Amino acid sequence: MDFDLMITSFPKLLGATVVTLKLLSASLFFGLFIGLFFAILRLNKNVFINKFAYSYSYIFRGTPLLVQIFIIYFGLGQIEYLRSTFLWVILKEPYWCAIIAFTLNTGAYTSEILRSAFQTIKPGIIEAGKSLGISNKIIFYKIQIPIAIRQSLPAYGNEIILMMKGTSLASTVTLMDLTGVAKYIISTTFKPIEVFIVAGGIYLFMTFIIHNVIKYLEKKYSFQQ
Amino acid sequence: MELLAFGKTGWGDELFYATLMTVAVSITAMLVGFFFALIFTPLKLSKYKTLNLVGNFYTTVIRGVPELLVIYLFFFGGSGAIMYVASIFGYYEYIEINAFITGSMAIGIISGAYSTEVFRGAIQSIDKGQFEAAKVLGINKFGQFYKIILPQMLRLAIPNLSNVWQITLKDTSLISVTGLVEIMRQSYIAAGSTRDPLFFYSFAAVLYLLLTYVSMKLINKLEIRYSRGF
Repeated sequence: MDFDLMITSFPKLLGATVVTLKLLSASLFFGLFIGLFFAILRLNKNVFINKFAYSYSYIFRGTPLLVQIFIIYFGLGQIEYLRSTFLWVILKEPYWCAIIAFTLNTGAYTSEILRSAFQTIKPGIIEAGKSLGISNKIIFYKIQIPIAIRQSLPAYGNEIILMMKGTSLASTVTLMDLTGVAKYIISTTFKPIEVFIVAGGIYLFMTFIIHNVIKYLEKKYSFQQ
Repeated sequence: MELLAFGKTGWGDELFYATLMTVAVSITAMLVGFFFALIFTPLKLSKYKTLNLVGNFYTTVIRGVPELLVIYLFFFGGSGAIMYVASIFGYYEYIEINAFITGSMAIGIISGAYSTEVFRGAIQSIDKGQFEAAKVLGINKFGQFYKIILPQMLRLAIPNLSNVWQITLKDTSLISVTGLVEIMRQSYIAAGSTRDPLFFYSFAAVLYLLLTYVSMKLINKLEIRYSRGF
């Protein structure tokens, strides 16, 4: 065991954790909107809209995240037309490509989580709202969404942890996130175990925090007080 | 379509073998995972706190750390560890482990952590009366597990195991960083030499979709088979 290496690599890895957290928070933030949008589409009665939303989530859940990143980072640059538009400013940066891929990926999972949450809302609750003369819009925003958020918290907590692990793939498109820096240190020092313990420890610490925050929120918003 | 032709002019046969490789790695990893689950599920269900701790340590660490980091650990640390063990027995030559073995071990350990959780959940949801009834009937421990607990457990575990299979299948794409020629690596090579990454990565996505679709269909059949009588 090389404790000196563990101590010297810790600040470097901690610095890289900032990149990981930035990627994670950006993709979760955008992913939540995309997820909500597609969840609403999934609940639409129109078959085409429904099928469209379903195929989106099916494709992104059925293929590895690595393929998605590679298509966006290496693949989209190939289209001549895209290079001439303003989109190229975003797509030439690996940072934004990673965020786009993560957002679309987490959006697909989030849409499934939210859809099932909306579907488990008892029709009686919506009917009760209607019979009180509340408008459909307010029923949706004030009744359905809060209940759906509560229902989906445990599954969404898992998704946050999965996404945190997913951000490690950013290292494959040259980004120096926690895994990227860990790999760099391993390949220069050939001490994989020491680096794994430190980097893995940081990841586990983040998992621990996320897990407990979700647990706290679940308790706070539970129906049975 | 020319790019996908079989033979020397296209990448069809290469991608076909790469797909077989992905399937082979996934199945091996899944089996390695079952082996780990076989060890760690009893530990997690044990009465003894220390054994529980060992079981929980395994599943928590593996499920909380990115797959890529585990793969790097095996990739860079694997041959070192084997050489260390070999040096105890007086063998000092360089040993290189095959990328297939490293990859399926790394993915296997990850999938094992998920399988452990699935088996634990399935066993815990079997009614206590079943264990007691088996005991009362005088069936020995071996028979209790194989004839009474296992068939009931499988029915409950199969839907979740199919999720684990999907995760494992998708995780194998990460082994491409070690150089094992599976779908991702082959697409990377093809994309590099034809300068057509969009086509090849999209085709890789289609191959993965196909694999997940076919395996879902097969697992559904299995699910029906094990749910007979329910």
